[in-house]
Amino acid sequence: MSASNARTSMTATPEFRLAVIAIVVFAMMSILSPDRFLSAQNLTSMAFQFPEFAILALAMTITMMTGGIDLSVVGVANLSAVVAALILTQFASPDMDVQQSLVWLVIAIAAALTVGAAAGLMNGVLVAWFGLPPILATLGSGLVFTGFAVAMTGGSAVMGFPDVVAWLGNERLVGIPVPLIVFALLALGLHIVLTRTSFGLKATMYGANPLAAFFAAIDINRLLIRVYVTAGMFSSVAGLVIMSRANSAKADYGSSYLLLAVLIAVLGGVNPYGGYGRVIGVVLAVLSMQFLSSGLNMLQVSNFARELIWGALLIFVMVVNTRQGPGLASFFRKTKPTG
Amino acid sequence: MAAATHGALVDMRGVTKRYGGVTALDGVDFTVNAGEAVCLAGENGSGKSTLIKILSGVEQPTAGTISINGTKRTNLNPRVSAAAGVMVIFQDFSLFPNMSVAENIAFSTQLGENRRLFDRGHARRLAQSVLERIGVDIALDARVESLPVAHKQLVAICRALASEARLIIMDEPTTALTEREVRSLLAIIRRLKEEGVAVLFVSHKLAEVLEVCEKVFVLRNGKKVAEGPATEFDAASLTRHMTGRDVPEAPPSAVTEGSKTLLEVEHLSKDGAFDDVSFALKAGEVLGVSGLLGSGRTSLAKALFGLVAPDSGAIRLDGEAFALGDPIAAASAGIGYVPEDRLTEGLFLTQSIARNIAVGRLDAHERRGFLDLGALMAEANDWLTRLKVKAPDPQAPVRSLSGGNQQRVALARWLSRAPRVLVLNGPSVGVDVGSKADIHDIIRDLARSGIGVIVISDDLPELLATCHRILVMKAGRVVDEIAGNSVTEDELAHRLAS
Repeated sequence: MSASNARTSMTATPEFRLAVIAIVVFAMMSILSPDRFLSAQNLTSMAFQFPEFAILALAMTITMMTGGIDLSVVGVANLSAVVAALILTQFASPDMDVQQSLVWLVIAIAAALTVGAAAGLMNGVLVAWFGLPPILATLGSGLVFTGFAVAMTGGSAVMGFPDVVAWLGNERLVGIPVPLIVFALLALGLHIVLTRTSFGLKATMYGANPLAAFFAAIDINRLLIRVYVTAGMFSSVAGLVIMSRANSAKADYGSSYLLLAVLIAVLGGVNPYGGYGRVIGVVLAVLSMQFLSSGLNMLQVSNFARELIWGALLIFVMVVNTRQGPGLASFFRKTKPTG
Repeated sequence: MAAATHGALVDMRGVTKRYGGVTALDGVDFTVNAGEAVCLAGENGSGKSTLIKILSGVEQPTAGTISINGTKRTNLNPRVSAAAGVMVIFQDFSLFPNMSVAENIAFSTQLGENRRLFDRGHARRLAQSVLERIGVDIALDARVESLPVAHKQLVAICRALASEARLIIMDEPTTALTEREVRSLLAIIRRLKEEGVAVLFVSHKLAEVLEVCEKVFVLRNGKKVAEGPATEFDAASLTRHMTGRDVPEAPPSAVTEGSKTLLEVEHLSKDGAFDDVSFALKAGEVLGVSGLLGSGRTSLAKALFGLVAPDSGAIRLDGEAFALGDPIAAASAGIGYVPEDRLTEGLFLTQSIARNIAVGRLDAHERRGFLDLGALMAEANDWLTRLKVKAPDPQAPVRSLSGGNQQRVALARWLSRAPRVLVLNGPSVGVDVGSKADIHDIIRDLARSGIGVIVISDDLPELLATCHRILVMKAGRVVDEIAGNSVTEDELAHRLAS
């Protein structure tokens, strides 16, 4: 392949288009509202805002790579956060010393991750062993997880944590917001998993053609369970970040995040039919969405109008991707070279 | 003759079809007159199916013109083609198995008439009249799934006639029929011709229908290589035109004396698929399994690799039984399986060539949790060279390759796992003639290296060119065992269909 060819094929990738979109949105908002959008205060506040739904989008990404979806991410995040919050309020208190409350924080985090893994295991078993369509299995399980969280809390917010809890969502490490670091590590980790491990390649290839994966003697049940467990654990991390930022946990936080997570994954070039997706695309999509969201905020667009914009954008991107790009339609058009 | 008075029913001029870089049809001229039976012969991958798809409006030609009844048609689609009387009967007949014979025959006609309600009485009368027209007697209320294959085919013919077909295209019409059934099909075709209906037979084994045909067209690698009156062709000349070779391939050299038994299959049964199948396979031996469509050969092949769970019986490799009905157990025991349908079962079309080869060895390439991508690429490249795959870039998606090269990629995936036994289901389906001979070479080489190979195929020259022994299946049972070097193609065809 010649150099110019390689260059055109690079500019034709969804990731390149996204980078352009991110820059255009950033430039537009900077022009429309230069003193407010470009202010240091706005830039940092954005950096604190997006990691929580960006992590949920990563969880969405790995399930979409297999042609599945996880609609329970917000339910898992809240259930994990509620479990962690209950541990922190039951066994620790705001006036406990730092050392002791750190121990409880670690225990609470471990418990939240376990809850996320268990929830993911349930999703994985439903999808892999019982063969339920992921969209229905996780729609149902998401309600079950939210229901558990409501039952544990009675529907009200759990609050009154030791001060160390706020660190995860609100502090900085060498000047960088901690949630942003958490997101960056998870994104990097997922990128490595998808491109450099047997598990990631198998998940991608299963998404590209589940039947061929079966014929290639891939252990599909184990693979799918690992995928949903990973998604569950990512969701629980998002739940912890939300809990720390809100300094409380509640069964119905972040309800708008589900649509946003799906939107970001799809906008990021992940093929919802499986088999294609790159973390860099998802990261660029996160940035575009956050720029757009902050910008709209500053232009005083109402919250309801914003949801409308997200929904319309999701449909638009799906239509564009299906008509060209690695969508289903082009896949069928190019499948049969033989006579 | 009827043909002379009616004029051209279908006339294709310079029709070309390209899929990406692959030219499936290359400037083909093709004519069918009313009341004429025409043979369209060609091996798998010669462009026959593409031609049918263009005639029936499923695919648009890249270049060329098509006239039906003297009218030039630029925008054919399936509805326009059907309205013009071009009907295709696919190999699977596309019937509704859970509906009655009458409903199946009348269904599309009634849809075409835009009636809001299904008129049962009308459907029965229509079905009855069409059945009488071709002189067969099938119960109108029988469910189609309960009928034997030959009757299903007749129902499909009747459905086409009920929609006033003027050209019936039959895709591989004889693969599932016994010799007696073929003869009664031919009698029906003669009646149709007298009524002015044209019939196009499309197949890679057409010798048996030559006697009712007026004309023969032969396609090879997308080009028309021969055409003429049917009387000028016989089985041998058809084969020669289809393959482009005069001499058949050399049969495999004999299995080394005293080589040990590798695979033992004992009393393997699966209700409705195969029944009490037993055989043994030696190291270095190529065993063919053949039979008509629906004889159970594919289910048996899948059962060997755990894709179908048998009800009873055992499979032993090197004397050790392994779990049945589990492809992972079969693969780790040392069995490889290259499926029949490369595009849906065999390959991950959107994924790279390298990944398609490596997918069976991903765990083996993992070092401390991470893939050794260098070793993985080196291994893939090594197999591409060894199997002579013409691939410009191992990172390109596998769908950019031609059929023959795709099949080699599918083979490479299993060969890289160093299997003891390789099951090849239709090893050369949809590959060009040159690649086919190469793939047969590869099969013979594998056997020489001590692998046991099982070839599932209905391609008789292929079986004769690769197999030491051929098992013939019928209705799920092994009914015949033939030494590969002891029969001619004609004898083998006869024993398969008798």
